[in-house]
Amino acid sequence: MSITRETGEYILLMKRVLVQPDRWKMFFRQFPKELEKLGLQSLPIVIIISVFIGAIMTIQTTLNSSNPLLPTYTTGLVVRDTLLLEFSSTIMCLILAGKVGSNIASEIGTMRITEQIDAFEIMGVNSANYLIFPKITAFVVMMPLLVVFSMALGLIGGYCVGIITNLITTANYLAGIQYAFVPYYVFYSLLKSLIFAFLISSVSAYYGYYANGGALDVGKASTNAVVNSSILILFFNLLITNLMLG
Amino acid sequence: MIEVKNVDKSFEGNEVLKNVSAIFETGKTNMIIGQSGSGKTVLMKSIIGLHTIDKGRIEYDGRNLPDMKMHEVRILRREVGMLFQGSALFDSMSVLENVMYPLEMFSDFGKEEMTERAIFCLDRVNLEEKAFHLGPSEISGGMQKRVAIARAIALQPKYLFCDEPNSGLDPKTSLVIDQLIYEITHEFDITTIINSHDMNSVMEIGENIIFIENGENTWQGNNKDIFHVHNEALNSFVFASELFKQVKKANQ
Repeated sequence: MSITRETGEYILLMKRVLVQPDRWKMFFRQFPKELEKLGLQSLPIVIIISVFIGAIMTIQTTLNSSNPLLPTYTTGLVVRDTLLLEFSSTIMCLILAGKVGSNIASEIGTMRITEQIDAFEIMGVNSANYLIFPKITAFVVMMPLLVVFSMALGLIGGYCVGIITNLITTANYLAGIQYAFVPYYVFYSLLKSLIFAFLISSVSAYYGYYANGGALDVGKASTNAVVNSSILILFFNLLITNLMLG
Repeated sequence: MIEVKNVDKSFEGNEVLKNVSAIFETGKTNMIIGQSGSGKTVLMKSIIGLHTIDKGRIEYDGRNLPDMKMHEVRILRREVGMLFQGSALFDSMSVLENVMYPLEMFSDFGKEEMTERAIFCLDRVNLEEKAFHLGPSEISGGMQKRVAIARAIALQPKYLFCDEPNSGLDPKTSLVIDQLIYEITHEFDITTIINSHDMNSVMEIGENIIFIENGENTWQGNNKDIFHVHNEALNSFVFASELFKQVKKANQ
């Protein structure tokens, strides 16, 4: 019952969000701020996690593929495909669901409980569109860039640790990351990231927008936003993977 | 003028407003008073359209709010200013930007004209210039209320709603806010509706008072009439303190 109600409310909210802004001037004032807040401010966490995961994957794959029958380029190949297919597009989105999702839900939730959203409505402003539309568009624009950045940094992290620890040679690593490269995987990955970006921003905005009560309820809204957008990411990941690669 | 006719409103079977009728006059400070839980906030939110009523009419100079489509409601709301209990200033904007926001959204003014109008409104509420570029969290509660009033009048509204305008303010600042609302109402000929349970305000600026008791309008009058009422519930509410009992005695 609750799922049906929440889905209905979410769809109705999106009907109000995904319309032409009252004033494009106001939208273009908000948009760069959101790009900075949701996208650029997420860069440090993307850099740190991607570099470390790339490095760890290189070490683990090399140590677990000591069988002489396996080709020397195995490590590079595994690191590249893992980053391309799952890590940068899905796991990174799950991590960003925590950071960006809670940020959106708590910001909008606080505006709700301090009557700022009511103030917009009383003025005759479509508050859902004014507050949520720039966030969704900014995050959808930034997410593919963050994913490409994550892929590149993961590969660099893997390369650096492989060279520093002498586990793999430059030639073998480079051969691995170029071997049997399927460009379609990049398209698949970027498409997933676009969908996940929409899910994270819209679902989190929904929980913030319908928060009521006090500070405790904003916290709950924030938790619900992160949990539910993560579940939806996993579900859509399965669906998209089955449709595009299955 | 806003006319409320036979309004009913209930939540999950619990009747909060029962056949409420009232007239809120233009150019007067109209007040809705009543005990906590009496239904005065629901009445105010119903008048603004934040609650959908079950039955009745809410007429803004003859335009019935419940009959309006969403886009008509949004157009009507551009004629409405509201002062919220907690001021509801936008955190991400400075004081000046808060007042300029409705102008940027709905007027065709240029940047200079908008700034001029915003400064005029801030001057009108006697806000010092040094506060113009501060954030809402950097100014006092009384100043926040004044900024909220300036924002509410920026678009020269025909209707002004004030929800507990003195809540959280000291008596002296409360008087300043009351006086400001009163002056603005008369200066710009606005239909002002104030939701309050501050008896100082009622006595000071209550030109048209509606008393809500258990969801019903049981009395309507002004701050002079209130001293001669025989409504027991109203008397026990308004003249609850010893001080007000003495005030009543002195006025009789």
